[in-house]
Amino acid sequence: MARDGTPAAVASRDAFGEALARLGETHPEVVVLDADLAESTRSRMFAKKFPERFFDMGIAEANMLGVAAGLSLAGKIPFCCSFACFITGRFDQVKMSICYSATNVRIVGSHCGVAIGEDGYSQMGLEDIALMRSLPTMSIIQPADDLETIGAVEYLVAHKGPAFLRTTRQKLDRVNQDGYLFQFGKGVTLVDGKDLTIVATGGTVGPSLKAAALLAKDGLSVRVINIHTIKPIDVELLAKAARETKRILTVEDHQITGGLGGAVCEALAEREPVRIRRHGIPDVFGESGTPEALYEHFKLDAPGIAAVARDFVG
Amino acid sequence: MTLDGPALATLRRRAFDLRIDNLDAIASAQSGHPGGTLSAMDLLQTLYFLEMRHRPAEPHWAERDRFVLSKGHAVPALYTVLAHAGYFSRDLLPTLRHLGSPLQGHPADFLLPGIEASTGSLGQGFSIGIGMALASKLDGDKFRTYVMIGDGESQEGQIWEAAMSAPKFGLDNLCVILDHNKIQLDGSVVDIMNIEPFADKMRAFNWNVLTIDGHDYPQIAGAFAEARATKGKPTFIVAQTIKGKGVSFMEGKVAWHGVAPNKEQLAAAVAELRAAQALVKEAA
Repeated sequence: MARDGTPAAVASRDAFGEALARLGETHPEVVVLDADLAESTRSRMFAKKFPERFFDMGIAEANMLGVAAGLSLAGKIPFCCSFACFITGRFDQVKMSICYSATNVRIVGSHCGVAIGEDGYSQMGLEDIALMRSLPTMSIIQPADDLETIGAVEYLVAHKGPAFLRTTRQKLDRVNQDGYLFQFGKGVTLVDGKDLTIVATGGTVGPSLKAAALLAKDGLSVRVINIHTIKPIDVELLAKAARETKRILTVEDHQITGGLGGAVCEALAEREPVRIRRHGIPDVFGESGTPEALYEHFKLDAPGIAAVARDFVG
Repeated sequence: MTLDGPALATLRRRAFDLRIDNLDAIASAQSGHPGGTLSAMDLLQTLYFLEMRHRPAEPHWAERDRFVLSKGHAVPALYTVLAHAGYFSRDLLPTLRHLGSPLQGHPADFLLPGIEASTGSLGQGFSIGIGMALASKLDGDKFRTYVMIGDGESQEGQIWEAAMSAPKFGLDNLCVILDHNKIQLDGSVVDIMNIEPFADKMRAFNWNVLTIDGHDYPQIAGAFAEARATKGKPTFIVAQTIKGKGVSFMEGKVAWHGVAPNKEQLAAAVAELRAAQALVKEAA
């Protein structure tokens, strides 16, 4: 808790690690695999508590995904962890070993987005959502704060079929209220508004809320929707926002091609055609820098998002 | 399980029926991989008729032994063995690769009882088998897991990731069989991308390694028994096989990797197999 009474910011990888270690107590069928990144993904928290149910597979993600599939086919609930870029980069294994048989493997991709900072492009998950979205049976969840992460992990223990959970290295400001109830497939309207809807996901939800506050000072009434479940996406909530605010701005720390922006465009083009601006990583590679410098550079901080919104509304 | 005279004779005779049904199914599809199905057939028959604990009438029995066909393109051989073992009617075999059939061109576990994993993208089934063996260890080691890989398939990097990982976990409930028929789509394995010395490589990876004639039933059964008796490490069986085994015009021929026989070729193959089967019957 900060001095002003707001909850301390927590990285969703930390919330994930703690939630998983706790769920291990009541769910003996949960097993965890990692590819030499247990410290970074926070699967180490589970490993320390349940060493017999934790498998470090070494730096061999393809084999890890196949082993996870086999564990699932034999009745286990495997959480398979690595950086988002490395784990979804083994696309054929995700497609064939995990999705085609509709296994219960949960792929946990941490270190998503340019927000990982200094390590640069090779470590950034920037295309992972696009890849995972293309796979039948796959669900995609990206929590926006610690409460949502805990809810998502609890939900995933019982979920049927494969799922991709996208977590962050950076700390996330709390965007939900105490007692928050995670509902798979349901978007969350955090702020109501009538001139524009910002649809955000994961680490960009917090900055989007701050951007909405900045825009309010300009007299713009901005709705903010948090899409934690990117697949299946909440078409009803998006269609309602499209009807009521006429403009949608999507905001994500991912390529604008095939990510949240792509998902929203596809959903609304068939349902409620409306003007959409996709904002995120604009079909370019990431680069090294501090997370703050990168968010400023890519206009993913609150002033940047507000500027893009002003330009869009005109 | 011991392999006495009558049991051995039954296996040898059935081997011809299996090869005929397998080729018949591939001919019906007019596509498929005859060479690699015929090289694998004796190994598969031994697994399902002698070695594995399984219940065809109860395909999801929790304690059944698992088999994963990592070289998924040889699945007509597995379908044939499963049908003969009683998992489903032999009448299904000619629907192979037809639209709507559960007998997909490569294994799809969710469509057919008896198929334990979906494979066909090479290199992946080995890892899946390791996951099953790990799960068995967690649950009191109630079942064994068998995996068959191909030699061409072993050019995939994932095979070596998997080879590294199984000994780490001491998976003595895992037995991986290499159908070493020495031919792949483009030519001989040695020419395309040599993987020899295979047995030495697996020994260096800390596997219990056995080398056998993959068409010799007593040798196959003996290797499986030795695998079961080996504790603390997984077993890798290098099964020396002949691509297209049993049909003289297919044996050792690259051309028969992925081409279905036409009507005349099928008839010639069946005639040859029936004639050879009659000789085995007389000997018995």
